[in-house]
Amino acid sequence: MISLWLPRFAIERRRASPESAPFALFQREGGRELLFAVNAAAEAGGLLPGMTLSQARALCPTLGSEEAAPQQDKAALARLADWAERFTPWVALDGLPEPGGGAGLWLDITGCAHLFGGEEALLRALLAGCRQQGYAGRAGLADTPGAAWALARHGCEPGSNRRRIEAGAQREALAPLPLAALRLPAGKVELLARLGLLRIGDLLALPPASLTTRLGPEVAARLRQALGEKGEPLSPRRPAPPQEVRLAFGEPLAAAEDLARAVDCLIGRLCCRLETAGQGVRHLRLTLFRAEGSRQELELATSRATREPAHLARLFAQQRERLQPGFGLDALALAACVVESLSALQMSLVAEPSGQAGRPADPAAAASEPDAAALALLIDRLTLRLGAGAVGCQAPRQSHLPERAVTRLPALPTRRAGQWCPAPPRPLRLLARPEPVEVLAPMAEGAPTRFRWRRRLHRVTHAEGPERLSAEWWRDGPIDSRDYFRIEDQDGRRFWLYCQAERWFLHGLFG
Amino acid sequence: MTGSEPENLEVLRAHIRRLEQSGGARRDGATLSLGAAALDRRLPGGGLPLAGLHEVRPAHPELDDGPATGFLLLLAARLLAARAGRLLWVSRADDLHAPAAAVVGLSTARLLRACAARREDLLWALEQGLDCPALAGVVGEVDAVDAVAARRLQLAAEKAGRPCFLLQRSAAGTQGRLAGSPALTRWQVAALPSDPGLPDLVGRACWQLDLLRCRGGRPASFEVEWDDATGDLALAAPLRDRAAAGVA
Repeated sequence: MISLWLPRFAIERRRASPESAPFALFQREGGRELLFAVNAAAEAGGLLPGMTLSQARALCPTLGSEEAAPQQDKAALARLADWAERFTPWVALDGLPEPGGGAGLWLDITGCAHLFGGEEALLRALLAGCRQQGYAGRAGLADTPGAAWALARHGCEPGSNRRRIEAGAQREALAPLPLAALRLPAGKVELLARLGLLRIGDLLALPPASLTTRLGPEVAARLRQALGEKGEPLSPRRPAPPQEVRLAFGEPLAAAEDLARAVDCLIGRLCCRLETAGQGVRHLRLTLFRAEGSRQELELATSRATREPAHLARLFAQQRERLQPGFGLDALALAACVVESLSALQMSLVAEPSGQAGRPADPAAAASEPDAAALALLIDRLTLRLGAGAVGCQAPRQSHLPERAVTRLPALPTRRAGQWCPAPPRPLRLLARPEPVEVLAPMAEGAPTRFRWRRRLHRVTHAEGPERLSAEWWRDGPIDSRDYFRIEDQDGRRFWLYCQAERWFLHGLFG
Repeated sequence: MTGSEPENLEVLRAHIRRLEQSGGARRDGATLSLGAAALDRRLPGGGLPLAGLHEVRPAHPELDDGPATGFLLLLAARLLAARAGRLLWVSRADDLHAPAAAVVGLSTARLLRACAARREDLLWALEQGLDCPALAGVVGEVDAVDAVAARRLQLAAEKAGRPCFLLQRSAAGTQGRLAGSPALTRWQVAALPSDPGLPDLVGRACWQLDLLRCRGGRPASFEVEWDDATGDLALAAPLRDRAAAGVA
């Protein structure tokens, strides 16, 4: 676990004035303007957070000042966390705002360090990246979040901005650190100091069993968390995907063919992982980490669980022109966000693509395995270009209203579609919204004899009806029932007209 | 001089058909029967060739949409009955009413619907569909297509050995006879008044079915009756004798 600490985050985010000029951020609080954060030059001039602005100006007449903007600080920290996800998918924010305008991040680098040449090299790259974005940072690396936090803030050697300790070395490393390194409230630290407890080592010397009773549960809990005797649950900003593979590049990668090769390489590795886990992927996310700090995400979904490298490669090839590496990429990550279990047996099933029992049992629809794979690929490519929801199947829904009688299913449905209810004849074309028609010669209780639709007069020669369809009263909308008529005009064209509350509409066309 | 004249004519026609095929294309000669002998007889192979493009257009763009859709559904249902696999149906507006399609014998579970907002996406989707071995064929609803797009579809269909049925919903009906097209057949459908024998009831639909263009065949016109409860086609009763005489 890495704890990254940016002591002057709020100030450095502004980058307004040169380092040498004193600068401070202030907050309004009940009519007073209190200093929130100060830069190094102002601190050297004796300014501290918590002073009033007028007091600070008296001490330091050249002080530049701006009002603090915690929301923007938060957004900037989120951007920084986005950037930091190139090192690991697990990044969490460490409480903001910190008094004094600092900010922090947690990074769980389990299994990621080797991509960057070891833990030490990863720390160096992380801090260099922060420096490049204008933030002076310090980082601690330890087994537990608590120890890492303590090392980042209090454990760095003078002149160094990082401290890494070996696994299991928390006790020795933490002993010389002040008690504030245990993430205790300031009042508690002061109280302990009055008791003569100044360093973590002083606590370690006490009998562990008596800590809770003598100093309260919080001190004991924080100490045990830092030592790793007690777990500390932290939540990452976004849930870690079930499977993820990534590539880090020493030199920024910009050429399109290199990028394509890198994507193919990631697809191959992801499919290997999925095979080991007996899984297939339904939703993928490719993240491009650009060298200058921004990133691009590309998501795509598949119609059925798959771990076929060729299938995924063709889907990505279709999106190739959308990938924008900019001036080069630092890292590339491919995550399987949604996975389903998919056994080797299912992959090789001859009759049905994924062995799902709910497929329509149409013997002619059962295709052999290569055909099923080709169909899945076709559906995925169509979905990718035409948009989600544009490709699908139609299935019946229990409703008498014609516009509600059809529902859409995914193109490869997992449940059996019901049967269409036998109903009086329905039109082949159903207008998206019924169009009003002008009825010229209405009859008292039946079909019109003449009507006008789209500025053309139709003389009715045959009519069938009415078929009364009641509105679904449990839904919003008009509650008048509709009387439908099947009508043929003098040219043999057939229309579906209805009368609702004495107004006539055309709803569909028959063959 | 060997053989009689009709035989020579047949040999020449087969030769021309070979010349017309693009390089590398295969045609197994499979055809799709329309379910009415009088119609099948007018088509060169005894039915619609399965490997190629077939265009359908309404006689009046707006009003004859129903009959044109009905003819398209008939073709689609007969194709699904003859071949395994699914049918890709690409359209711009989603106004085909599935319950009615199910009634005329089209299995909606085997129908893969796709909506494409742009014309180029629609044509791309049709080409992708023709390329996919899991499909029986593709159906596209477009406003109108130009000769280049139609040529691409015809080549793709010929190469894949699958049919592409194209409904040109707003193509100008009267010019269809004149404009050239790479399609194997071009049909125009118009509504006809149904049997006047039933004064008050809406009987079976009657269509004027014009075969405007047919590669290797001659244009023809039919008056047919469509049973919208079963999806079957038959020559309209009062005209049956005349049409049969015309064929013979």
